[in-house]
Amino acid sequence: MSESFRLRAEEALLPSIVALLIALILGDVLILMFGESPAHVYGRMIEGAWGNPYGFAQVLYKTTTLTFAGLGIALALRAGLFNIGAEGQLAAGAFGAAIVGITLPAGTPGLVAVPLCLLGAAAGGLLTGGLPGVLKAKFGAHEVIVTIMLNFVVLALLNWLVVEHLRTADTLHTPEINAGAVPRLSEFIPAFHGSAANVTFFFAIAAAIWCWWYLFRTPGGYAVRATGLQPDAAEYSGIRVGRVWIKAMALGGILAALGGTNFVLGYKHYYEDGFTGGSGFLAIAVAIVGRNHPFGVVLAAFFFATLSQGGLAIHALVPKQMVEVLQGIVILAMAASVPEVQRALRSARKVVAA
Amino acid sequence: MSAHPIRMAGIDKSFGPVRANRAASLDVAPGEIHALVGENGAGKSTLMKILGGLVEPDAGTVEVNGRDVTGWSTSDAIANGVGVVHQHFMLVPTLTVAENVVLGNEPRRGMLFDRTRALADVNALIQRTGLVVPADRRVSELSVGEAQRVEILKTLYRGAKILILDEPTAVLSPPDVRELWTVLRKLRDDGGTIVLITHRLDEVIDISDTITVMRAGATVGRMKTSETTPAEIAKAMVGRDVALSVPGRETMSGPGATADRPSSAAGAPLLEVRDLSVSDSRGIRVVDGVTFSIRAGEVLGIAGVEGNGQTEIVEAIAGLRDIAAGSVAVSGHDVTRATVKDRRAAGIAHVPEDRHRRGLILEYSIAENLVLGAQDEFSKRGSLDGARIDAHAREQIAKFDVRPPTPTPAARTLSGGNQQKVVIAREMGRSFTVLLAAQPTRGVDVGAIEFIHRQIREARDAGKAILLVSAELNEVLALADTVAVMYRGKFAVTMPARDATPEALGPYMTGGNSRDAA
Repeated sequence: MSESFRLRAEEALLPSIVALLIALILGDVLILMFGESPAHVYGRMIEGAWGNPYGFAQVLYKTTTLTFAGLGIALALRAGLFNIGAEGQLAAGAFGAAIVGITLPAGTPGLVAVPLCLLGAAAGGLLTGGLPGVLKAKFGAHEVIVTIMLNFVVLALLNWLVVEHLRTADTLHTPEINAGAVPRLSEFIPAFHGSAANVTFFFAIAAAIWCWWYLFRTPGGYAVRATGLQPDAAEYSGIRVGRVWIKAMALGGILAALGGTNFVLGYKHYYEDGFTGGSGFLAIAVAIVGRNHPFGVVLAAFFFATLSQGGLAIHALVPKQMVEVLQGIVILAMAASVPEVQRALRSARKVVAA
Repeated sequence: MSAHPIRMAGIDKSFGPVRANRAASLDVAPGEIHALVGENGAGKSTLMKILGGLVEPDAGTVEVNGRDVTGWSTSDAIANGVGVVHQHFMLVPTLTVAENVVLGNEPRRGMLFDRTRALADVNALIQRTGLVVPADRRVSELSVGEAQRVEILKTLYRGAKILILDEPTAVLSPPDVRELWTVLRKLRDDGGTIVLITHRLDEVIDISDTITVMRAGATVGRMKTSETTPAEIAKAMVGRDVALSVPGRETMSGPGATADRPSSAAGAPLLEVRDLSVSDSRGIRVVDGVTFSIRAGEVLGIAGVEGNGQTEIVEAIAGLRDIAAGSVAVSGHDVTRATVKDRRAAGIAHVPEDRHRRGLILEYSIAENLVLGAQDEFSKRGSLDGARIDAHAREQIAKFDVRPPTPTPAARTLSGGNQQKVVIAREMGRSFTVLLAAQPTRGVDVGAIEFIHRQIREARDAGKAILLVSAELNEVLALADTVAVMYRGKFAVTMPARDATPEALGPYMTGGNSRDAA
């Protein structure tokens, strides 16, 4: 049992690690081309991300959004669907939470307000994730096309709602919420002072654990994975594939949407146009590097958050696009190395076993 | 040229802990058709991969035409006239026959592909070998039998003198098989050497001159076909006596096998199908007004060349295909519009024809596959009940003799026979009244065939209604009480098993007698 666990862990983690090493080496080459020392640049990045409490807390803040959105993508991928709509789902979730928070009277106790705001966010995700699922199941509309297009629809619609109906003067955001704000981590750890990291980080971890339990320990998750692996076999066994698609897309949308609460409930306390800044797209990389495993997603989110936060510290040394280039290399290295590394692992095991 | 075309001796090959070949040997004389037989996993394919240069042996020697070629590459093998015809076609469907045949060795005019010469070359080759295929037709428009001829032509075009065929008849109808035999005999008489991998004993007897039997990686016998019997070969393959209902010769001539069966006339009809019609995606009727009923304790066997609606009729009854017209009832309850799940609850068990596509989730463990479709019943308060799933798996694995006997390996890692046993265990290990068994022994070794047939007979004796669909006429004849032949979506003929012989059924399979049947 522990042996098989070790083998499975190896197979799950090693490809990601190899991909990161490849990215690191290619990054070296780039940094050298700018006439800087790789050790120095990477040192500054690590220093900027983990070397001080504020930087580390910022990493946690960024990890939160990426974890939620990454889980939303990973869950749909487990059912065999590519959810490109996390960007719109994040925004819809943030907006849903903000609307609930604005509507509630000031002074509503947190134990009531926070769950209601989370429900508001979930409603946004249910709509934006569930719709592509329904279109796929009923009409065979390809979820990639629908979710990409829906991003534009959702973002434009929210922009219109904010500008025309909910705007605070001279800004592009809604009024502040009256209730539902969650504490920042700096209230418990003073060293985190000034960072946006907040309690929703723990919600993200809880969501990852729930996701793992759902996928690997429940009959529903069993059906989701069976559908993703072999839809024909799932159908044969009596699983209603169309319903699984709708459910997986809806759950994925809800998970991604909950990521919006990090900004609304934990940081600014309002919905602001354009706050997502591409996190929903970066989360695709998070899901892939995390190999669609909920815990892998958390690790990958932490990694990309580190890269993003550490990138701020090296602007003086190399162009700021450097971090984006590194992200791109990681994704490419991942795509290229996963099958290769798995094959190498298997043949290495054969040699060892012989 | 007195040297033997192929002489392999003392071949050892391990893949990790699995010893695929242990001191295996093969000796093929010039101008013979040599059958290499053995159960799945006996090491036949590995031995042939070593011969074809795909795999390097750990020990032993390989001689081709008297020359030591141990450890050569695939390109060496091709250059020296050793050609392999694979079980799965490797053809480009959008190219023509001629283009597929010359692919990789295209005749050129300057820089350009010389289409005219390719066509002429291939037509000449077709003339010479008797492998008749329309050379200018696209491969996607060919029948399975024709596609296989293209595969053989491809190998011959590259100059193969030693032809290795891996299970060439697995997908062929009886007339196509006869035609293949004619071609192989002609190739042999023209000086070619042919090695045929198979586990169908009737074919071995039909076509081969010499037989090499493998078991558990080793060569356990070499015999002259004229001096042996199917029972003897089967015994060598399995290592013990086998009840040879299929695919032996005895049943071919012995309809008397049905006489010792308990009478089944008394049972109540459990599966009733009325005027069933099914359309494919283009709207063409692939099942056209079929009516039958199966009583408790009765096996209805559907024979026929594949692609005449057998797949569709089973899938329509199982709920996997829309029913265009007609009705299906199980134990008197109409299930024409019911979901797959409801049909299963109504008592339908289904062994699907394609275990890799439908029957198993290949990445799931044996234990997980054994609860496929019943995952909700194996749950407790919303969570899968791991302990019960594990216990259930151990019980079924023991009962259905699945190897390896542990619940954790992924289904992908099992041999074909054991994968099928997992499917059988899941479908027949729970309570059911109607069994749909589609190609239940396809690609399964002799020992597993025997086991699966015993399961089907026991289910019949226990009063189940069984619909058996098989491309193996012998299998249908051995198991069925009533035999129907399907041709172009209709039952061309239905007759009691005691009247059914290959001679009586054969004409209906190709549509020859369809008018007389009406």
